[in-house]
Amino acid sequence: MAGLAQHGVSRRSFLKFCTTLASAMALPPAAGLAMAEAMAAARRPSVIWLPFQECTGCTESITRSHSPTIESLIFNVISLDYQETLMAAAGHQAEEALRQAIKDNFGKYLLIVDGSVPLGMDGAYSTIGGRSNLDTLKEVAKGAAAIVAMGSCAAFGGIPKANPNPTGAVSVSDIIKDKPIVNIPGCPPIPVVMTGVLAHYLTFGSLPELDKLGRPKAFYGETIHDRCYRRAFYDQGKFAKTFDDEGARNGWCLFELGCKGPVTYNACATTKWNGGTSWPVESGHGCLGCSEPDFWDAGSFYKALSMPADPLKTVAGAAVAGAAVGVAVSFVNRAKKSAAKAAHETTTLPDLEK
Amino acid sequence: MGELQFLTWVRGTGLNLAISIFLLGVLVRLLEIYSLGRKKDLAEPRSVGGASGMNTVFRRSIPPEGMLKNSPITYIGGYVFHIGLVIIIFLFAPHIKFFQDLLGFSWPGLPSQAVDFAAVLTIVALLLILFDRISKPVKRYLSTFQDWFTWALTFLPVLTGWMAVQHLLLPYTTMLALHILTVELLLVFLPFTKLFHAFTVFGSRWYNGTVNGHKGVAV
Amino acid sequence: MSASLEKGVRVLKEVIDAPIASYFSSCVHCGLCAEACLFYTETGDPKYTPIHKLEPMRRLYEQEYTVLGRLKKLIGLSKAVTDAELAEWQELVYNSCTLCGRCSVVCPVGNDIVYMVRKFREGMSASGNAPVGIKGAANRTITIGSPMGVKLPAVKAQMRHVEEDYGLPIPMDAEGAEYLVMLSSMEIMNFPEYLGAIAKIMNQAGKTWTLCSTAFEATNAGMQIGNSDLARVIVSRIVEAAEKLKVKTVISPECGHAYTALRWEGANLMGRSFGFKVRHIIEVLGEFQEQGLLKTEGFETDRLTFHDPCQLARRGGVIKQQRNLMNMVSKNFVEMPDAGFMNWCCGGGGGASAIEEGEELRMEAFKKKKSQFDAVKPDRVVTACANCRIVMEEGLEHYNMNLPVVGLTEMIADHIPNPVVAKPEGS
Repeated sequence: MAGLAQHGVSRRSFLKFCTTLASAMALPPAAGLAMAEAMAAARRPSVIWLPFQECTGCTESITRSHSPTIESLIFNVISLDYQETLMAAAGHQAEEALRQAIKDNFGKYLLIVDGSVPLGMDGAYSTIGGRSNLDTLKEVAKGAAAIVAMGSCAAFGGIPKANPNPTGAVSVSDIIKDKPIVNIPGCPPIPVVMTGVLAHYLTFGSLPELDKLGRPKAFYGETIHDRCYRRAFYDQGKFAKTFDDEGARNGWCLFELGCKGPVTYNACATTKWNGGTSWPVESGHGCLGCSEPDFWDAGSFYKALSMPADPLKTVAGAAVAGAAVGVAVSFVNRAKKSAAKAAHETTTLPDLEK
Repeated sequence: MGELQFLTWVRGTGLNLAISIFLLGVLVRLLEIYSLGRKKDLAEPRSVGGASGMNTVFRRSIPPEGMLKNSPITYIGGYVFHIGLVIIIFLFAPHIKFFQDLLGFSWPGLPSQAVDFAAVLTIVALLLILFDRISKPVKRYLSTFQDWFTWALTFLPVLTGWMAVQHLLLPYTTMLALHILTVELLLVFLPFTKLFHAFTVFGSRWYNGTVNGHKGVAV
Repeated sequence: MSASLEKGVRVLKEVIDAPIASYFSSCVHCGLCAEACLFYTETGDPKYTPIHKLEPMRRLYEQEYTVLGRLKKLIGLSKAVTDAELAEWQELVYNSCTLCGRCSVVCPVGNDIVYMVRKFREGMSASGNAPVGIKGAANRTITIGSPMGVKLPAVKAQMRHVEEDYGLPIPMDAEGAEYLVMLSSMEIMNFPEYLGAIAKIMNQAGKTWTLCSTAFEATNAGMQIGNSDLARVIVSRIVEAAEKLKVKTVISPECGHAYTALRWEGANLMGRSFGFKVRHIIEVLGEFQEQGLLKTEGFETDRLTFHDPCQLARRGGVIKQQRNLMNMVSKNFVEMPDAGFMNWCCGGGGGASAIEEGEELRMEAFKKKKSQFDAVKPDRVVTACANCRIVMEEGLEHYNMNLPVVGLTEMIADHIPNPVVAKPEGS
């Protein structure tokens, strides 16, 4: 707590942070206190953050986590032994820090990964210090107690994996099969979702309850649609048709403008962004579905879920083929009918008997 | 395959395949039926107002004298689900968006609660006519595998669509994907089953009306 | 060469056209056609469902003219039509169908089922599967000239009787007459008053008319058996006669299928339009009534109802005229339920009355007609088809109902004052 006080975080605000986080994760009230005590008392566990084929958006996002000084809180509560964007060291010194952290904390460190892992060209598409991400991941994962796949790229492959996936990008769980992995998807994930999962792990020593895609149910258990404040308009059928029409200005549902809320599991509708300021739908733009696997390939962001995801490529050809086959069949049919007519044998009375 | 990936497939490849087969099938069937032609009627015609092919196309929708009382479930059940289908398919905003993507233009829809009401009535009507088909001797006698199959092809899209909007049973993503998949199955089989009456009813009524109209009988 | 399955199939392939293809593709198995068919409603046996009567033809159409059907046949999923099957269907296509056409007007998807039955009979007859009774009638019509075997001497004898009874000449082979009058065997044999009625009516109207010695028979058994080749032979006799005598109008008598055969199928059988008009006697009477050429006296006193022959009303388009004529001579004319366009068949049309083995079924079906009578309780039934008359008389007798059946033309003529007989010169 002394360290916290040094950084201007009062006990009061620290407790407030922990209780807020606990309630956001739907944990019982006592958990908030437990979190505070755990985080205050614990020997700061080692955390290694590996950046792979990523845009650094996840790192940017976590630094926006709630209270202004929270990043220093996290960095004082945990021992962030390796994080390329934020650490002071670079080059050989940084790599040495990594090797030391692994050696000192083998079997106990928390591995955070952001970015996808490219498999193409033997992994040469993304390297750190001359080593492919694939090799690095396999090595560092060996001593990890658990792995946090931060962001949609690490969780599901993300934008590098989108069609045509030129680098052969895959997710962390496609490579590592023998360690507990929690996926925190989002492009990027909500800041407080990221810190909340870490806090859970630090408090309870285990990962929170996960859904079948490995996402913490506390934050990914409901769809955007089911928590959306514009839901009543969806139910009534009041849809904005353009981004600036009367419906849009009245805050009507954005389904027709491509909102993927109904098929997206995330906490944006409740937790919101920017310390609870707003979130895409509230700002008038449909949900992109960024916490879902392959959301980049799920059709245009601006096409409603009821519209075709891709252009209908073979439809015109099928119509032409249908007309051609139809015409051919009609010729055959008419020929058959004419042949039957030509072969007509006039029926006379005796012909009525078999 | 994950939920969203399944949905993306039915919205993408699946839809493309289904609409392609549908269009191909419709064109082949229409041409194969109507190219057989019809001999010209050389008998002296009797012209009576109201007796023509076009008239019958519309008038045949009205039950002839005595028939409604005789078979109420067939008529009422039939009308409710046909009209219900038109309302659901063409007047529900998400569906109108679909057509807008296909055709390039759109039209106003009904409030979603009205469509929901229509969907419930349609589901009830479809169940009613299924029951009628099972219990009435003539319908049971005439029914083949195709009759039950096409009933399911018609029923499932309405049921799954309604369940998706109502968030019943399965998560929305999967329910929506199932809904679109059942629609695709309906499209694929429509040209090759009795469901093709959706297209041929006009020709059939027209021929019937024309042949009888030639005699001055308004059918 | 004899009838055979191969021939029947070939004929069916020839007659299947776009309407038939459209109808088969539209049927949704709703069963409403059964509810309109008296053979189903009075027996409750679903095999009499009209569309079911066409099942072999439907399968043939599918196998011959659709891509899917051809494929199914190729891989063995669709069985070919067999001779045994057609034999089995004889009862459905002939005994239990009078071509009354009620099914065609109720089908919600617009199927003209009676049209299809008519075409199916082409294949049935060519494959040797027509009933013995109608084959006999067809035989007699083609070889002798009438289905009941009536020959010219019999006709001439009737002519003489009528001339004596009515004091009016009955012209025969009079070239240039306005009307050529056709008769049906029924009328010649059972209801000779018809000829007298014609004479009275024509005399009052001041119209010239004639019979023809080479074509006096209107009944077309070829139509009933459903064979266009045979129907054509019979029709062509009438057409030749009409053209030879240069008449303006040929009058079809009180017979259902004679009218359909000549008025609606005739030109198509011959492959050319006629230079003369064809009218049913009721139509002619209707015209005379409108033009003031028909003047009647007095009224029938008893309670009358009218049975609309299927081929005249629903299938022929003559519906109003008979009512106007009834009202001319009756103040106590009541309509049966479903009268007019939706009238129920007597059960004996389309050749059915010639099928001996179908009699039991016809008597069952007659319950429908009986129920119509029971609803209005008339003293007499008036109609305009000799076959309907006979069939109804038989049915009424079967059910022990004392209800006379009379013809409309005769009834009208009864109210035309008897002509003053002009004594021949020099007598």
